[in-house]
Amino acid sequence: MKQGFFEIIENTPLTKDVYRMRLSGDTSAITAPGQFVNIKLDGLYLRRPISVCDAEENVLTILYKVVGKGTAQMAEMKEGTLDVLTGLGNGYDTSVSGDAPLLLGGGVGVPPMFMLCKKLITEGRKVRVVLGFNTKDEIFYEEEFRALGAEVEVTTVDGSYGTKGFVTDALGKEYSYFYTCGPEPMLKAVFGATKTEGQLSFEERMGCGFGACMGCSCKTIYGNKRICKEGPVLRKEEILW
Amino acid sequence: MVDTKVTLCGIEMDNPVIPASGTFGYGYEFAEIYDINILGTFSFKGTTKEPRFGNPTPRIAECTAGMINAVGLQNPGVDKVISEELPRMKKCFHKKVMANISGFAVEEYVHCAELLDKCEEVGWLEINVSCPNVHGGGMSFGTVPENAAEVTRAVKEKTTKPVIIKLSPNVTDIVAIAKACEEAGADGISLINTLLGMRINLKTGKPIIANKMGGFSGAAIFPVAVRMVYQVANAVKIPVVGIGGVEKAEDVIEMMMAGATAVEVGAANLVNPYACRDIIADLPRVMEKYRISTLRDIIGSAK
Repeated sequence: MKQGFFEIIENTPLTKDVYRMRLSGDTSAITAPGQFVNIKLDGLYLRRPISVCDAEENVLTILYKVVGKGTAQMAEMKEGTLDVLTGLGNGYDTSVSGDAPLLLGGGVGVPPMFMLCKKLITEGRKVRVVLGFNTKDEIFYEEEFRALGAEVEVTTVDGSYGTKGFVTDALGKEYSYFYTCGPEPMLKAVFGATKTEGQLSFEERMGCGFGACMGCSCKTIYGNKRICKEGPVLRKEEILW
Repeated sequence: MVDTKVTLCGIEMDNPVIPASGTFGYGYEFAEIYDINILGTFSFKGTTKEPRFGNPTPRIAECTAGMINAVGLQNPGVDKVISEELPRMKKCFHKKVMANISGFAVEEYVHCAELLDKCEEVGWLEINVSCPNVHGGGMSFGTVPENAAEVTRAVKEKTTKPVIIKLSPNVTDIVAIAKACEEAGADGISLINTLLGMRINLKTGKPIIANKMGGFSGAAIFPVAVRMVYQVANAVKIPVVGIGGVEKAEDVIEMMMAGATAVEVGAANLVNPYACRDIIADLPRVMEKYRISTLRDIIGSAK
């Protein structure tokens, strides 16, 4: 964990309610894809945990959906400095991916897949990405994933774009391992539909985001874990629904 | 040079700043980012006889200038706290620590106190009497003077370490409870624990927290805490530890003027992991500003 003061260098809408914010600051504490940052916002008590979409040298990219007060406030920001805790959570372990990992992102579960995809491709993996959205207007980052060199398929629940249905309707047959992030019903469906081992990233209301308050605990077959510290990424075999 | 030293129940501390139980784990998450030996001490995560997972999630809700938590005393149980957590804690914290104990029956408090009494690194026992008494119809020990006194007496019999009783503010007469604990042999009183609170999600129409209600803490409760510390400090002779909404060095001084010998910092640690480090660093400046050369001289100075 590291505290950093980041300058907003970009904050643009990608869809009606999903924004991309790029921040300049010290990203050195971000050591794995799938980690998150915890942002202090004026007038709000608790920090807001947001997954890392990408971390390059001194540039942090987050994609966030406006769902409440905090994210609504972020969407209004044009410039300024943000107090951000970085390097939180365990992140995805790419060492077990095999040659052809499958990445499944649903809605605001898509962002952490980006840095993961980038890392896996750098490590020489053949990556297939399935991005799930409700409808065509909500789609973001399809081309960005393609530009990384991944094979990309999009699903929409209403069939307005790509394959009609959920990410689980586009799993395909050949994959060595899976990585996923998305709403819990999606994670559950992915858990049931996938044939290989994999890693799933969970969401929970957090107090601190760095392991102190025990606000986000869950039970696993290896005992109690904190989503913010030993998570948010859990291995398929340890999950207790 | 200002003097920030205080003596709490016979143990000298470099300064009065104590991270409160449940907001600091066993210290090592914070030891990653600063040397926690600068602290006066810290009160470690509430310990019970048996391991506890605690309440279902969500356990946390945002409030104006504060938060609600309903963690439900998640902890690995006293045996593991002693065999695993304390040895790990000892590597990053070299001062006497405050052991926080909870229970749902008098014998559970006694069991934990007896075991923690044998731990050299433990300086004080802080007894949280805000839990429901399973043998008393679920009524919290801390809401009835006789019950709080019974826990105090039973724990005192089993330990030579100073016993500090941590009181709940969710009572009609905090002074009566504090006095009952003092008469039963308590060496100190710490207060306040969280205020019972609740939030409802307008979208779902349901409580945000799975447990429905939880403990409200944070800056918003500071004036309530100052008032209760003042009332109790003026009614008992034993030292009082002030807790509730402390965020900055000025708050520490205000708490001490109200009658606190030492001050615990709770929710602030969760929002700013450096909160206690910053308070300690700022304390000399604020003392000089208010012409305080010796911090212990201001204890209870507000009359």
